[in-house]
Amino acid sequence: MVEHYKPQKYKAWELTLEERFQEYFPPLSEREAVTEANRCLFCHDAPCMTACPTHIDIPTFIKKIATGNVKGSARTILESNLLGATCARVCPVEELCEGACVLAHDHKPIMIGRLQRYATDYASERKIRYFEPGPANGFRVAVVGAGPAGLSCAGELAKRGFDVTCFEKKPLAGGLDTYGIVVFREPVEVSLAEVKMVEELGVKVKTNHAVGADVKFEDLIAEYDAVFLGVGLGAVPDLDIPGEELSGVVDGLEFIEQTKIKPLHTIEFGKRVCVVGAGNTAIDCVTIARRLGAERAMIVYRRSEAEMPCYHFEYEFALKEGVSFMFLTQPVEVVGKDGKVEGLRCVRMDLGGPDASGRRVPIPIPDSEFILHCDMVIKAIGQKKHHGVLEKLAEFGVKNSKGYILVDPATNRTDHPKIFAGGDCVRIRGEASTVMAVQDGKIAARAIYEQLVGSGAARKAESAASKRK
Amino acid sequence: MANLEIDFCGIKSPNPFWLASAPPTNSGYQVQKAFEQGWGGAVWKTIGAPVLNVCNRYGTIDYKGSKIVGLNNVELISDRPVEVNLKEIREVKRNFPGHAVIVSVMVESKKEAWQEIVKRIEDTGADGLELNFGCPHGMSERGMGSAMGQVPEYTCMVTEWVMDVAKTPVVVKLTPNVTDIVQPARAAINGRASALSLINTINSIMGVDLDNFQIIPDVGGKGGHGGYAGPAVKPIALHLLSAVASDAEVRRSGVPISGIGGIETWRDALEFILLGATSVQVCTAVMHWGFRIVEDMIDGLSNWMDDKGFKSVKELVGKSVPRISSFGDFDLGFQTVARIDHDKCIQCNLCYIACNDAAHQCIDLKDLKLTGENQERPWPVVREEDCVGCDLCSKVCPIDDCITMVEVETGRPHVTWNELTRQKPEILDWDKMEQYRKQANIKIH
Ligand SMILES: Cc1cc2nc3c(=O)[nH]c(=O)nc-3n(C[C@H](O)[C@H](O)[C@H](O)COP(=O)(O)OP(=O)(O)OC[C@H]3O[C@@H](n4cnc5c(N)ncnc54)[C@H](O)[C@@H]3O)c2cc1C
Ligand SMILES: Cc1cc2nc3c(=O)[nH]c(=O)nc-3n(C[C@H](O)[C@H](O)[C@H](O)COP(=O)(O)O)c2cc1C
Ligand code: SF4
Repeated sequence: MVEHYKPQKYKAWELTLEERFQEYFPPLSEREAVTEANRCLFCHDAPCMTACPTHIDIPTFIKKIATGNVKGSARTILESNLLGATCARVCPVEELCEGACVLAHDHKPIMIGRLQRYATDYASERKIRYFEPGPANGFRVAVVGAGPAGLSCAGELAKRGFDVTCFEKKPLAGGLDTYGIVVFREPVEVSLAEVKMVEELGVKVKTNHAVGADVKFEDLIAEYDAVFLGVGLGAVPDLDIPGEELSGVVDGLEFIEQTKIKPLHTIEFGKRVCVVGAGNTAIDCVTIARRLGAERAMIVYRRSEAEMPCYHFEYEFALKEGVSFMFLTQPVEVVGKDGKVEGLRCVRMDLGGPDASGRRVPIPIPDSEFILHCDMVIKAIGQKKHHGVLEKLAEFGVKNSKGYILVDPATNRTDHPKIFAGGDCVRIRGEASTVMAVQDGKIAARAIYEQLVGSGAARKAESAASKRK
Repeated sequence: MANLEIDFCGIKSPNPFWLASAPPTNSGYQVQKAFEQGWGGAVWKTIGAPVLNVCNRYGTIDYKGSKIVGLNNVELISDRPVEVNLKEIREVKRNFPGHAVIVSVMVESKKEAWQEIVKRIEDTGADGLELNFGCPHGMSERGMGSAMGQVPEYTCMVTEWVMDVAKTPVVVKLTPNVTDIVQPARAAINGRASALSLINTINSIMGVDLDNFQIIPDVGGKGGHGGYAGPAVKPIALHLLSAVASDAEVRRSGVPISGIGGIETWRDALEFILLGATSVQVCTAVMHWGFRIVEDMIDGLSNWMDDKGFKSVKELVGKSVPRISSFGDFDLGFQTVARIDHDKCIQCNLCYIACNDAAHQCIDLKDLKLTGENQERPWPVVREEDCVGCDLCSKVCPIDDCITMVEVETGRPHVTWNELTRQKPEILDWDKMEQYRKQANIKIH
């Protein structure tokens, strides 16, 4: 009784396992949403809109919440970003829209992400269908990979009347939104609902179809009018140190994936967990380990706090979760007994001068080795490139740079006129994120439309879509 | 998709959202921009007599963090020459043939002056005229604006002058600064007006500067009354609209009404429509936020209509007018009591103090032992048998749905004051009233 108004205190030990994996932010109540929406200044030329990679008309969707037109609010969001419900939860808003809010200077910025979630939740709870497949234009497009880039491209193409087939190698579509984003940030159902929305637009999503294995690239290129590649990146690379084969050394993405699709109590985790790396994946792994029940969970990172690739809010979150950070610490060997992990041998580091990327280079301190005792080591040092796919594509003249597919940023077209690509597989520069993948899909869909149906017509359809009849 | 088109005494408009005659309709540039963004019509800033404007012409009420809850102004009619306005009106109408372009007009009280300008305006191709009988400052001192609208005979006379020559529909815009708005409304109809619009701004003084004793707004050391508009005036405008819309003579005439006063959202607009407006006009909200607010007005209204199953705006016009009744017809047997949901209550106890100091002292503070704490804050508890159901506590409660007014059956006869005083005229005597109360089981706490 009367618990609802008590300030939320997170005490992991007082919660059940399931409770610890609930969405971290509770949904806004109607009153909270309206109060927050009314705080929005409704700026002219709002900087939040420019900061959003998909350029959602943020002041308009917020105003619509304030006036009680929540149905229209969600439409405003989804018109610019079909994956608005996911983005509301996973976007690094501090770096994007909320960071640009004019109130961020000396007040609190508007909670744009939370309001976006309020509106999109409203729409999905009521199962409102906003978009219909466009009148068939006779062109067929193959989309490879059903992650945010692929889904966004497929959905936008279907809205323009294309016959779209999406090939996905995993049993579920959604890409990292389904398999990679921690559940306390985004429940799987949200991602799957977006897949369903795209399917309802007429897109055929073929799961368990790996292109390159089950389906041939040659066939796609021959049979379709255009091909969009949204294959993302691959598994976590090896640490390349002795002992990696020991039981208890796991791939960070696989570790996260389990929490998305398996009953929580069946997931194995260590009592003392070392996570190697300090990017988004590492933070997700280490906080999951804590929430699963690890007594000690540590980030082991060879550089210092200032060089960490994770966002500052992620760092703060991890600290609040009771994670410890071992900076300037380089793992050199996984040590174990009877085939099981017992520790991570590390060497202490110092920072030298800046390297080509401008980050200071870590230099080992001689004779500084020590062992961090642990029973689980999670590898979270980035993602491998799909080298097989890249080699195959090279046969068609598709170039890449350091494993990232090269595209023209205005159209997301590769060097092959029929092949387009977007999302993590092209993101050479900048932070890879869901929202940028969505925007890539949108850009490619528009370019495919202009290329196949004609630019004059394309402009007309765009303006028709932006105006409500 | 709901159809938002309207027909306002022959004037067609793609939707019921019009700009009111005011600064947003001052020029062709503005009106065209507004049409491009979705406004269905515009009433041009009043043209006519030559004027000079002053600076610092606005005063606002900012209420607890919200800007411009009310806006007052001492702006006059258009200070641009009539010829310039007419040229731009012609251009706008040519570029936007499907939108409603209505020209507001006000000249000195001479038949020839009115009839001449009406012809010049109609020559532009505008869809209609609006007679500004409402401006409450500056123009009224010169015998125009509300000086016309406050005297029904003048209203009727000038309307007749105009109708004698007008070929397009003529809207008479009413001032709220009268005791009974129905009188000038009828006068306009007697003068053969094609339609009515209301309200213009309300006489107001915005405040006094406590440092220098100046009236706000301070126009170079002087200040005075000005016209009040914006969200704060909405309830007054709704009342005046409903008074006109439910008047038998107005209804018989069948003239459409354009509702104005404090409209900011599609919800506000819809309330005006339900109370009898065929179109609505907006000024202050556009001055605050720009033309772009119309996008949500259109989207919000059509979503609401789709959800509720309405196909056209016509179905909605005046839908709530039959619901307007008066005190004498309210059910005296309708009894509610306040109920507090202690699961939701946060124990601010504002309801307690409101009831205790300003209502009927029927909320008690009690230790209900709900929290399991030793020294529990007291909980408000309603003594339902004493509650008169006035509804004050639920109005002050900061939590949604925490205090609800629940209908209870008390065995009181369901009778109205009019019926009762017809059946028992004797109750107008206090002794008899007391007897009736006892017999009817009405306890006054
Ligand atoms: C752990 C983790 C946490 C993250 N957290 C966030 C976050 O909080 N916020 C944020 O904005 N971003 C986050 N990101 C980044 C974000 O998830 C990615 O930028 C985004 O998912 C990229 O979308 P994509 O469509 O390019 O690739 P992916 O989401 O990787 O999707 C690619 C899809 O293609 C499929 N595929 C690959 N090869 C083939 C093939 N040959 N045939 C058929 N299908 C194939 C894959 O199975 C997959 O479904 C996170 C990433 C990770 C790894
Ligand atoms: C600055 C200002 C100037 C106005 N000028 C005129 C005018 O020239 N003619 C007129 O008929 N009404 C004029 N009005 C009144 C508006 O048309 C409208 O009736 C009133 O502001 C109420 O609507 P609102 O609450 O939407 O502002 C003016 C109002 C304002 C605030
Ligand atoms: S709103 Fe424009 S015209 Fe008015 S005072 Fe400000 S700058 Fe001057």
